Amino acid sequence: MTAVRCIDLCKTYRQGDQDIKALDHLSVDVEKGEFVCLMSPSGGGKTTLLNAIGGLDIPDSGEIWIADERIDRMSKGQLADLRLANIGFVFQAYNLIPVLTAQENVEFVMQVQGVAAAERRAKSLAILEEVGLKGLETRRPAEMSGGQQQRVAVARAIVSRPELVLADEPTANLDSKTSAELMELFTELNEHHNTTFIIATHDQHVQSYAKRLVRMLDGRIVGDVEQHAA
Amino acid sequence: MHMFFVLSRLAWRYLWRNHRRTIVMLSAIAVGTWAMIFMTALTRGMVDQMIADGISVIPGHVQIHNPDYLDDPSVNNRIAYTDTELTARFGNAGFSSWASRVRVPAVVTSERESRGVTLLGIDPEAERSFSFVDYAAVDGRFLEGPDDKGVVIGAKLADTLETRVGKRIVIMSQDPDNEIADRGFRVVGLFHAEMEATEESYAFIGKHTAQDMLRIGDTVSEVVFVGDDYRDVEPVFDKVAAQVDDSVLVSRWTEVDTYLGTMMGMMDGFMLIWVIVIFLALSFGLVNTLVMAVFERIREIGLMLALGMKPAMILGQIIIESMMLLAVGLLIGDLLAWATIKPLEGGIDISVVAKGMEMFGASSMLYPNLDIGDVILANVVVLVLGFLASLSPAWRASRYEPVEAITKV
Repeated sequence: MTAVRCIDLCKTYRQGDQDIKALDHLSVDVEKGEFVCLMSPSGGGKTTLLNAIGGLDIPDSGEIWIADERIDRMSKGQLADLRLANIGFVFQAYNLIPVLTAQENVEFVMQVQGVAAAERRAKSLAILEEVGLKGLETRRPAEMSGGQQQRVAVARAIVSRPELVLADEPTANLDSKTSAELMELFTELNEHHNTTFIIATHDQHVQSYAKRLVRMLDGRIVGDVEQHAA
Repeated sequence: MHMFFVLSRLAWRYLWRNHRRTIVMLSAIAVGTWAMIFMTALTRGMVDQMIADGISVIPGHVQIHNPDYLDDPSVNNRIAYTDTELTARFGNAGFSSWASRVRVPAVVTSERESRGVTLLGIDPEAERSFSFVDYAAVDGRFLEGPDDKGVVIGAKLADTLETRVGKRIVIMSQDPDNEIADRGFRVVGLFHAEMEATEESYAFIGKHTAQDMLRIGDTVSEVVFVGDDYRDVEPVFDKVAAQVDDSVLVSRWTEVDTYLGTMMGMMDGFMLIWVIVIFLALSFGLVNTLVMAVFERIREIGLMLALGMKPAMILGQIIIESMMLLAVGLLIGDLLAWATIKPLEGGIDISVVAKGMEMFGASSMLYPNLDIGDVILANVVVLVLGFLASLSPAWRASRYEPVEAITKV
């Protein structure tokens, strides 16, 4: 079953007096349960592709399908609903809401979804324990290290069991040990819950966890290979 | 409702993220609110006092006269009914306070000076409950009945006439045939009033004595009725109107003294303008606070949108934040106003400037009046205008594109 289908996507940005083709007639399919790494040098288009798949950015042309819904024509409200129900996001930085505690950050998406308080609490405590943050539930982001913050963000992204997790350079601010722990967690979720992961990264270590590597250059796919995870 | 609690918690936390800015803004709102309510209470107190003093001199909330009396208050423009008929009409009609009186212009002369006054022929017992004269505080004594042969004048008038209790003065007016009607009276008492102008303007004699002097039988110039509240005279007006025919004119106090009536109407308009002016000053700070609060968290707004919050929720969050800021500021301002006005309710002595105040009918004591209606007006106006002022920054926050907001440097 196809989790994500991108057909002939184009996206051009204007930078100064230059047009930058972030996506250049790009087409790609991702099956449900896949663990895909998007790789490219800086400016290769991987973040633009990730944002387009997440409905955060609208392509100039082409089609994007999430499961069997075409999202490139959806309204802002419909896209918000789609993200809320189906997609978990992990960004490189500025991932957490600074005025909420770790547990409240994890509960945030469930709160907006309208999940009952007791269920939210149980799920958030369980996932925080799962990502190794037991005992830090009441800390605010400013009181946690970068790695801990990123794990809270991961916990928030996966706590409501989305079908698709999009992660943009999730290990960019982490040391190698924390980075490895995070990727182990992603792998476990992928294998045990059949969650689809699309991760944009430069990190060779992260790439080694992926089942599929998609290489991009100047907004096009220049390589797409299956590999055995590390 | 669930979403309201989610947004409220976020709004409250963001409000206290920058303590210093929030406290400064809260202080501004609290002081502004205090100023609105305090000034309103002072002004309301002053106007109320002016109206109360004015009504007590008129006196009464509703009056009946000859239709020509208000234009020409002469002895010829008397009420068509005799005192006996008036008692028959109003005596058993359930009026708690009413009195008939003779009221004509007259000249008072002592051996040294003369002054024009309004001569009032009254039944002192009938007017005791609403007269502006405190009978017990009169130097000498007040009139003892409608047949009393003495006169009570104001202390200031006594000064002017260079007379005193026990001395005689002559009161001169004219009778219905336009002949001079005069009589000598012994000054039996000097009354005191809030304003010197009042002390200088009235002379009280017995009603029957006045009727004899003016040769008007048992007719009178006016009948006055006092209700429970000068702001709501319609019940008394309707009741009086039902008891009389077209030969007399029934008037509300606002029609008898149009200056006072206009003053009361102006007061409410003044309150609103005052509240709006203060708010406009506050609104710059409020909008600036909200714009800064939005500007410094563009990335977080982008994150929330990316996580699935709808633009309307961002809009709601910013508006709730603004409303919370205003509500807390208003609460502090209200309490501050209450705490500063309550101790002053016994009156503020403004005798230093009372001469000037008297020009427009205010007395030397100012009694602040903390009217709940004014407090509600100030709070509602601030909340409504605050809501409108917060719409622009809230709207801008909700219009961010998530991908642009997240990457904003």
